[in-house]
Amino acid sequence: MGDIRILQPSGLDSLIGVLHERGYRVVGPTLRGDAIVTGEIRAASDLPQGVGDLQDAKTYRLHERGDQAYFGFAAPAQSSKPVFFPAEEVVWRGRRDHDNDGHFTVERDAVDEPPVALLGVRSCDLRAVQIHDQVLAGRSHIDAHYVGRRDGTFVVAVACSDPAASCFCASMGTGPRPAENDPQTGAPSYDLLLTEVLADGDHRFILEVGTDRGADVVAALAASGAPVTRGTDADQADAIAVTDAAAALQTRVVDTAHVHDVLRASAESPRWEDVASRCLACTNCTLVCPTCFCTTVQDVSDLTGDSAERHRVWDSCFSESFSYIHGGPTRESTKARYRQWITHKLSSWEDQFGMLGCVGCGRCITWCPAGIDITEEAAALGRMSGLATPAATT
Amino acid sequence: MSTAAAETRIAGADDPMVPRRYAITRVRQDTRDTFTLLLDPVDGDPLTFKAGQFTMLHAFGVGEVPISISGDPRNPAPLEHTIRNVGAVTRALVNAHPGTEIGVRGPFGTSWDAADAAGHDVVFVTGGIGLAPLRPAILDVLAERDRYGKVLLLYGSRTPDDILYGDEMRRWADLNDVNVQMTVDNAPYGYQGKVGFVTELITRAGFDPRRAWAFVCGPEVMMRSAASALAGRGLPAHRIRLSMERSMKCGIGLCGHCQLRDLFICVDGPVLDYARLEPLMNVREL
Repeated sequence: MGDIRILQPSGLDSLIGVLHERGYRVVGPTLRGDAIVTGEIRAASDLPQGVGDLQDAKTYRLHERGDQAYFGFAAPAQSSKPVFFPAEEVVWRGRRDHDNDGHFTVERDAVDEPPVALLGVRSCDLRAVQIHDQVLAGRSHIDAHYVGRRDGTFVVAVACSDPAASCFCASMGTGPRPAENDPQTGAPSYDLLLTEVLADGDHRFILEVGTDRGADVVAALAASGAPVTRGTDADQADAIAVTDAAAALQTRVVDTAHVHDVLRASAESPRWEDVASRCLACTNCTLVCPTCFCTTVQDVSDLTGDSAERHRVWDSCFSESFSYIHGGPTRESTKARYRQWITHKLSSWEDQFGMLGCVGCGRCITWCPAGIDITEEAAALGRMSGLATPAATT
Repeated sequence: MSTAAAETRIAGADDPMVPRRYAITRVRQDTRDTFTLLLDPVDGDPLTFKAGQFTMLHAFGVGEVPISISGDPRNPAPLEHTIRNVGAVTRALVNAHPGTEIGVRGPFGTSWDAADAAGHDVVFVTGGIGLAPLRPAILDVLAERDRYGKVLLLYGSRTPDDILYGDEMRRWADLNDVNVQMTVDNAPYGYQGKVGFVTELITRAGFDPRRAWAFVCGPEVMMRSAASALAGRGLPAHRIRLSMERSMKCGIGLCGHCQLRDLFICVDGPVLDYARLEPLMNVREL
């Protein structure tokens, strides 16, 4: 929309206040123990100011940056996935009348929560939410609980200035600056986009307005006396310079032009034995992945068996029980399970949903206790299949 | 996303994750470990379904299993499911006394669409309890028997005692001009019938491969060799349909368990043609 403003850091509290006034539960990056996680933001002081992160294969460390940056880290340890798609939730509750032929009643557990404002969501994680919109709410059957939570979300994205070594959003085309619109639906990606500029004593947020709703919030901010001033095209150029520099810092790459066909052609690759010798099938990668959506159900009943709840919980294609049917699991070996995971992310996801299932956030690399790197495995498969361009796999 | 449309979809339809209540009217024992559940909807509204579709059956407080509907699509009450007693949920279901209420979600998935074979020979190939998901398609064909050419039912079971719907298969042979051929893997001393795998029946069965359709249901290893034998007789892959089995937790394509590369078996299947399945079935543990 080309509407550029400058927000002074002291105005963040006002922004959070305006969102609260409008009934949003504000969720963003916050410190918990030795990690930045996605949590409740009551005030700007809940943000991880001055904290940076170091993320690389099987490495996650926080450090003091020695400056005042509010968003001087790559991405929270967990994405915003659980905000709309919690790790466990009740689908329905039932009661059985034991004396009456097991007659039972079932009540659907409806979502009754205030709408969420995502504050400081990264481009990779925002793209992952859009992917979930397609997977969980854009098909013939939808996840009603997801839609209930996702409806009316206000998005204050923060462009990424400090990617980690594990990041590869630039190569996936998902960041570090978020696309203006969801490439699938054309809907605006964000209501407001902030880019934090921090150089030579100059600390400001360049604020870009993405929707009318965003413009209303900016107007309310200005009316409240918050330090918002008009910006220029030069300010937007500064913002783009920040994300261009962030993209240039990234070294990990996926050859997106070929990876779909590479994976499809690699079902019988000897590489699976190699990766299976390292993979512990611990499920970490699927738990931190912002797009992984597989779930199972659990029936929880009391001792009488007359009161029961059906729970929907995250599941992982790395667990043996995941593919179990009478007689045994269809994916018994670790190599079959790793093949399923990476093939789904980088190939069959595109057949199913029209986009790749990886946003380049790098969490699977960071949190793999064996340091298995999805970009390295994809590159190796590309080399071995002979389908990838040599330049993309060096 | 278009949230307005999503809201309408939630408000306008029943949540497919919430079961409807059905009362068990009868549990019929078919073989040593296989039972047929006859169910009546508590709300009186019968479940309309297409041959080949499945439901999720819920034993209260125990769990849920995907089971193909084995009844007649033209006569959906009572609702019929044939179940092997192999796990906690199936045990709770087959041991329930008449009158017990269970939960039913669905119907889900694709159909055999046996009517596509009208005007041609029809070959049903099945093993063990695989006859149950095929039975609605067989009944569809027999309801309009004169629209089809030869109808063959090639049936394999482990032992003579495991033969499912034996009386009914005899009626189909006697009254409906169905060429029923049976074989067993293992037979007791003195057994008069054929011993061997069902695939062996395919090579000798009398049908015209240039104009036949085949509908195959059984264990995956049996379907793989049966489809291969049918293709070997000259049946094109798009005229061979199979019903796939995978782990399923939702039935609506959301839980991810039933994926076979790009397919969600619960939504894209369970009935799929061999042209689509052949490259997937020949990769181990895909």
